[in-house]
Amino acid sequence: MTFRATHLLGIEHLAPDEITTLLDLADQYVDLNRREHKHSDVLAGLTQINMFFENSTRTQASFELAGKRLGADVMNMAMQASSIKKGETLIDTALTLNAMHPDLLVVRHPHSGAVDLLAQKVNCAVLNAGDGRHEHPTQALLDALTIRRAKGRLHRLNIAICGDIAHSRVARSNILLLGKMENRIRLIGPPTLMPSGIEEFGVEVFEDMREGLAGVDVVMMLRLQRERMDGGFIPSEREYYHRYGLDAEKLGYAKDDAIVMHPGPMNRGVEIDGTIADDINRSVIQEQVEMGVAVRMAAMDLLARNLRAARQAKAGEVMA
Amino acid sequence: MADQYFTNARLIDPEAGTDSIGWLRVSDGMIADVGVGNAPTAGLDCGGKCLAPGIVDIGVKVSEPGERHKESFRSAGRAAAAGGVTTMVTRPDTDPAIDTPEVLEFVAKRALADSAVRVLPMSALTKGRAGREMVEIGFLKDAGAVAFTDCDRVVTDNKVFSRALTYARSLGALVIAHVQDANLSRGAAVTSGKFASLRGLPGVSPMAERMGLDRDIALLEMTGARYHADQITTARALPALERAKANGLDITAGVGIHHLTLNELDVADYRTFFKLKPPLRSEDDRLAVVEAVASGLIDIISSMHTPQDEESKRLPYEEAAGGAVALETLLPAALRLYHAGHLDLPTLFRAMSLNPSRRLGLETGRLAVGAPADLVLFDPDAPFLLNRAKLHSKSKNTPFDGARLQGRVIGTWVAGKNVTEES
Repeated sequence: MTFRATHLLGIEHLAPDEITTLLDLADQYVDLNRREHKHSDVLAGLTQINMFFENSTRTQASFELAGKRLGADVMNMAMQASSIKKGETLIDTALTLNAMHPDLLVVRHPHSGAVDLLAQKVNCAVLNAGDGRHEHPTQALLDALTIRRAKGRLHRLNIAICGDIAHSRVARSNILLLGKMENRIRLIGPPTLMPSGIEEFGVEVFEDMREGLAGVDVVMMLRLQRERMDGGFIPSEREYYHRYGLDAEKLGYAKDDAIVMHPGPMNRGVEIDGTIADDINRSVIQEQVEMGVAVRMAAMDLLARNLRAARQAKAGEVMA
Repeated sequence: MADQYFTNARLIDPEAGTDSIGWLRVSDGMIADVGVGNAPTAGLDCGGKCLAPGIVDIGVKVSEPGERHKESFRSAGRAAAAGGVTTMVTRPDTDPAIDTPEVLEFVAKRALADSAVRVLPMSALTKGRAGREMVEIGFLKDAGAVAFTDCDRVVTDNKVFSRALTYARSLGALVIAHVQDANLSRGAAVTSGKFASLRGLPGVSPMAERMGLDRDIALLEMTGARYHADQITTARALPALERAKANGLDITAGVGIHHLTLNELDVADYRTFFKLKPPLRSEDDRLAVVEAVASGLIDIISSMHTPQDEESKRLPYEEAAGGAVALETLLPAALRLYHAGHLDLPTLFRAMSLNPSRRLGLETGRLAVGAPADLVLFDPDAPFLLNRAKLHSKSKNTPFDGARLQGRVIGTWVAGKNVTEES
């Protein structure tokens, strides 16, 4: 078993064996979560603080539940309503919280790199719950677990990621993770929603959705933010749905057993047809939510083990 | 004052393009005699180290008035002396902006009282650097403004800019512009490309620089103004610059030292001390721009010295302020190009001393009889590890903290007076 990381800031810093370790442990937590008695005490005595500088219901609930099921004391802080409004800097907020001795800090922030910055200033384990357009590592890990359980493996699959790649941290983390695990990645979307330099990422890029979906094992849809629909990046919602919305006809180009994924929340009728999202033979969207809790439990468990080991080592040094 | 001899010096003469052992006599603050080989009399033995005309640095931000806690004329003057910079050509992007003769005179007075080296102030081109109305170019020029620039703000209104250029031409005033298409670069923190996408940071295409330059060249054809592009940092802008020069327009171009010595990957994990405007470029662009300095297509190297306090840098990358201090590191950083074999020393000092002096109509920048004795004596090989805490600037925002550099200033003279000793 290998997991060396002390923070979970992004997929970029994880090695393939660490990803496998985490997913294996998450599998065990899936079983725990399906029992009537869902409680473990591996985080007993530890304090988890969820700091969300950006609105989120689903991710925050998932982290909160994960922490509580493992016995941690969990506190949620809605940072938008708090001291940020009073002009306190991110670093001051971090130092203030650090003085309360948290062990696990879960952070979401609208700016890329903000979680990295914060992690430099605190002495606990930091989990990135999404920073700007940079990374959303637990989303990529829960997607990976969902794929592995549905397909029986996490390598040599053809995986299409469709939609607003440019503004998506989910896409970035997924491209990194699926690439590290040796899958073929296809990106599908209008060129205005593709990040610059994408040709250097080791992916195939398609502007035509049918071409891009041909023969794939996995179809990952991304959410299109409302504010991108007003003519700035795409001409209109209906033209987008016509060209890039996932419906039965377009899905017909993928493999017969291809699964459909979406990180949520969905815009039905914008990027995905409602009947496909609800099709229990194709859609794994509900499983993704379930895997989310398990993956976050595994991530916090592993980080807590490393944190305790580091503290013991430090205490040992002091004794010696 | 008695005559002063510098003997056994490796004379770096950018005008003649020579690099040879010789001696130099200073009398009344001026260079009175220069010779090769052994000096006729004893003097300051330079020990075979390099003696070059002092650096004339166009585009130094001294944060007076408004933000003296970031940099004052005293601290900037010391940093300049320690870095071999004998003339600071200061920027008007202060708070308030330097856009009236009264503010300019205040700044000149402060500079004269406090700075160890010469200071030549520049004025804003438009009032409040807002890009709407031109400043009193005539009065400001009479008050001592050596050039007119809105610094990193682009005058986007073509009518306003063309009129300002036309009016400036009638007075023979030099206009310095930031070349960038302001719409395309809006909100950008880095150069677009793989690195920007990996870090999830908003990027600007390098094409925005060429678009800015193309527009300015068209307006120069129209107005015939004297013009300097502050920083050319991309390969794509170079052919346009070359054509404009070949067509006889009165155009020169500069580049900041960081764009010659660093690239976009140096930002690494969101290191805000590497956040500059324009942002750092790809390695291909960096090499193309170094080549353009070597060929003389790009005329001037500047420090683009921009002090920022810790608070404005210890923020998420997008929110952090741009700019880096560089008065003291300009020479050692530039010597990286010499040690890497890209440029010889006369070429380097042509870009740092001679060309900026010529562009501003100054007598400095030369090792010639009759030129002011503004000199820097340095050891180009002496290695050191940069510790930012030891910089003379009040602000310590250098991207070279902890870097291995080569080249130490032994002494800096302004009008024959050693300005490194008193600091």
